[in-house]
Amino acid sequence: MTQTLHELRAYWDALPPALQLTLQSIGGIMVIMICLILAVAYMTLAERRIIGFMQVRLGPNRVGPWGLLQPFADVLKLVFKEVILPSSANKFLFIIAPIISIATAFAAWAVIPFSNGVILSNINAGLLYILALTSFSVYGVILSGWASNSKYAFLGAMRSAAQMVAYEIAMGFALVGVLMASQSLNLNDIVLGQSGNIGHWYLWPLLPLFVIYFISGVAETNRMPFDVAEGESEIVAGFHVEYSGTAFAAFFLAEYANMILISALASIMFWGGWLSPFQGWHALQGTFLGFLTAASFIWFAVKIGIFLYAFLWLRATFPRYRYDQIMRLGWKVFIPITILWLVLEGAAIVLKIGPWFV
Amino acid sequence: MVQEIIFIVLAAVLIGAALGVITARNPVHAALFLVLAFVTSAGLWLLLEAEFLGIVLVLVYVGAVMVLFLFVVMMLDINTATLRQGFARYAPLGVVVAAIVAVEIGYVVWSEKLGVTFGTPVNHPAEYSNTRELGNVIYTSYVYPFELAAVILLVGIVAAITLTLRRRAGTRSQDPVKQVRVSAKRGRVRLVNMPSEPRHGGDGK
Repeated sequence: MTQTLHELRAYWDALPPALQLTLQSIGGIMVIMICLILAVAYMTLAERRIIGFMQVRLGPNRVGPWGLLQPFADVLKLVFKEVILPSSANKFLFIIAPIISIATAFAAWAVIPFSNGVILSNINAGLLYILALTSFSVYGVILSGWASNSKYAFLGAMRSAAQMVAYEIAMGFALVGVLMASQSLNLNDIVLGQSGNIGHWYLWPLLPLFVIYFISGVAETNRMPFDVAEGESEIVAGFHVEYSGTAFAAFFLAEYANMILISALASIMFWGGWLSPFQGWHALQGTFLGFLTAASFIWFAVKIGIFLYAFLWLRATFPRYRYDQIMRLGWKVFIPITILWLVLEGAAIVLKIGPWFV
Repeated sequence: MVQEIIFIVLAAVLIGAALGVITARNPVHAALFLVLAFVTSAGLWLLLEAEFLGIVLVLVYVGAVMVLFLFVVMMLDINTATLRQGFARYAPLGVVVAAIVAVEIGYVVWSEKLGVTFGTPVNHPAEYSNTRELGNVIYTSYVYPFELAAVILLVGIVAAITLTLRRRAGTRSQDPVKQVRVSAKRGRVRLVNMPSEPRHGGDGK
């Protein structure tokens, strides 16, 4: 066993460095994608089960133990369905729209740090890269709506375009607050800037920005209560009304991957990413609970889970916003609050108010 | 070697997309070609190690400006016949603009021969933050031009908002402040005392 490992090692070392780098990157991409797809699959099950319990019913529990095989049954069903191309649709754009959706949703994960230094591409402009990709993802919705050549789909696309442009500004400003606090655009450095104890998390000095970021994230992913782009009761299914089979599954996958991405970003930028909430509790160190103070991927996963639960909770409790109410909230409430908070934060940085701005 | 290949591919796509912008018959296709052109030129900028400019190009132009462009263009009722009508009339102006652009491009391409010299670009290590350098320069050496640009943008915003400040008669709108202020005790339900009234007419079987 060890001998074959050594042989493999020798083969690996004999490869040219450029090829090694490529293979490493491809391996990393594969690992992230497979984990993400599995997470999405079980997110759909969790959503149906949790909302089921919130509405005092059981949810899917027939396929496999506790319904654990339900996502695979759904995927199999969707994959074997025919992808119907509407006769008057723009074929090229119709096919490329779900691909754009899913590509941007996955590509953003390249700069997410899962633990200290465990990151596919540790670039300096990570925050900007994320913003650019999330703003690019609106094209999936717009193109699908227009290329379908259907009125419902088109209405959904138009609504979504205006909504995303409006909330991107508030989201961008919230990220500017994080950038000011951490003095860095690198997501790994942003997390490290929050180390110390739970009081050092940017959640406390940037509380309004955190709330705005999360709500904008809900709007950006077109989730309830901001799902006017789909709005089943108004415009059938909105932008993806003409899609079926795998193409429909791609939109679904992209939406859930984006939800997980927003949750991951919220925990990285405001909740200290992979840092432990018990970090700096000296009373715990040396006892059997000492492992709780260590930073690890598990904390990151737990934080993502909390935000994902919040997504489901919002969906189960709130009625859909009306379109003009969404616009009012974005332009007249969120953007002024973020601008005001940036000014206050600037003052706090100049006055060196600790423990965040020292 | 790899960089050259990437550059050639990106440049070819960029030129193709730019040609597509002006030759596509459907305005939506033209706008989408423009998006492709922006994305590929962002790639070229990344190749020049100008990652801030590259990403901001995608963020601002692709993510916001072109979305609004598409928003408008998609709602147009396209009639290519009327679009082509003014061709002969506008052709001379177009030729002039094209000539100016051609001269400008030539000036940039052959600037070395015309005596303009640029410093040799330096390769920076991976830790070098382009964004930080840009921020330093903008807020020190170029602070006045930068603030001037900001004021011009602000004027644009104010002007655009002023254009929308007209109220049509008879529109209904809600006032969220008033809606939030209602309480169960006052305003929401009003109890009125009135004497009971005798029933009018027959009792309808």
